[in-house]
Amino acid sequence: MKQRSFMARICASPHIVWAIIFIVAPLLFVAYYAFTDQNGRFTFSNIAELSAHWETFLLSVCFSLIATAICLLIGYPLAYAISKAPAKRRSMLITLLMIPMWMNLLIRTYSLMAILDDGGFLNSLLGSIGIPEFHIVGTSGAVIFGMVYDFLPYMVMPIHSVLTKMDDRLSEAAFDLGCNRLEALLKVTLPMSLPGIISGVTMVFVPSISTFYISQKLGGGTIFLIGDTIEMQFQNPATYNVGAAISLVMMILILISVAVMNHFSEDSDDDGGIIL
Amino acid sequence: MKTLSKVFIALVFVIMYAPLAVLILFSFNSSKSTGVFSEFSFRWYAELFSSPETFLALRNTLILAASSAAIATVIGTGAAIGINAMKNKYVKGAISSVTNIPMMNPDIVTGISMMLLFVFIGGLLSVTEVLSFWTMLIAHVTFNLPYVILSVMPKFRQMDKHLPEAAMDLGCTPLQAFFKVELHSILPGIITGAVMAFTLSLDDFVISYFTAGSSFQTLPLMIYSMTKKEVTPDMYALSTIIIVTILALLILSNVLGAKGDKKATR
Repeated sequence: MKQRSFMARICASPHIVWAIIFIVAPLLFVAYYAFTDQNGRFTFSNIAELSAHWETFLLSVCFSLIATAICLLIGYPLAYAISKAPAKRRSMLITLLMIPMWMNLLIRTYSLMAILDDGGFLNSLLGSIGIPEFHIVGTSGAVIFGMVYDFLPYMVMPIHSVLTKMDDRLSEAAFDLGCNRLEALLKVTLPMSLPGIISGVTMVFVPSISTFYISQKLGGGTIFLIGDTIEMQFQNPATYNVGAAISLVMMILILISVAVMNHFSEDSDDDGGIIL
Repeated sequence: MKTLSKVFIALVFVIMYAPLAVLILFSFNSSKSTGVFSEFSFRWYAELFSSPETFLALRNTLILAASSAAIATVIGTGAAIGINAMKNKYVKGAISSVTNIPMMNPDIVTGISMMLLFVFIGGLLSVTEVLSFWTMLIAHVTFNLPYVILSVMPKFRQMDKHLPEAAMDLGCTPLQAFFKVELHSILPGIITGAVMAFTLSLDDFVISYFTAGSSFQTLPLMIYSMTKKEVTPDMYALSTIIIVTILALLILSNVLGAKGDKKATR
């Protein structure tokens, strides 16, 4: 019996070796590049250079927070409405919601740009009913809209799965105890769906703050987010070190915020994976 | 209340699907405009199919997805078996945390971190073109691993722990017990993990972008370079084909799934 369990544990060794070489080591390399210059000498100058990018950092954080908030404001009611629909229609709606998740992000973002662009579909449609053309691509609104458009399903899915598992009798009990609909929603349904909200927020916030394609396309070359900055530094080997420093800071910020958020939903963590 | 929520759901879905519909419509446009539909034509499809680049990219994408999914499934299943057998919960936790890093980290960080590793090793070995199919394969296996492990692990928890013991009491060797009993009950998880790994790899752009060399292009990378220059609607044609393929596969899997459900209830 002992021998059997030993053999089973051996099965994990390829993965452990793989994880050390290709997960842990690359992250150490990010740190190494962040603290060295091109000749491999230790330096703080890359970190110091971050101060030149603090506005980009701030802009990215703002954009992704706004996009996450809008996703939550649209996504929660949507998930709620879907979870209350009859079973047959519900599975159809969920499929409809999942289809865009299967589509490549580049295609979705690009199709959005094709609609919103100057001389694009929307403007020519409005033009044909006499409304003058207006500029959308290249505004902050367009970039935020792109984030919401691309990542909304990631907000709805986890909230929906928590809401459908919830016992309907709980809110009925709240009604019996004198709550009105709003109070039952705020005091029972909302707190109980918190784990879904938190995983939805994480799944929208992380890709939003690190995107570079959305801002490239919908920002029309005028809006630079932190992802664009990182991508640009990695075009040229001479700026790898600065790029690594920016990535390191972004990664630490994200891991901290994810860890803080996960802390709030500890009891829902039944996958066995302990994060940080 | 009821109608309001119906209107709301409809509105969100209309906005969600409108851009894709417009994209498909304008892939059949004879002119380059995305605003005015001149006349119906297959011009962009003809152009797309006349370029060997498209087929090469498609072939590359499929090779990469299939091989990375296969490797990740084997390593990941082994990892799940091993982690499940471990008693020390700190070791277990540490392994799961490290495994989940590529899932938690933004893709761009995973991409550049692997690129830096490859570039550094390439520099040590003085290889000029270190980024190639192999670096992409390694990167894809790495980000696929957590998904495989997360789909296999729960199957162990659902399985009755006494089943393999019973098999051994009935004369199976430990290895036979594994292949006849345990593998059977974790197989659905392995299949889910493999399919997930395959589709994630097909779809990935960001990590591929940083770990790919000039010699190996996949479809997402091709779409990116198409949208970087002045766009010609052959990109719409390509996207339309991808969208239609995915829809067909989803419908097919739903129909097959529904049939399977019916059989199961019978």
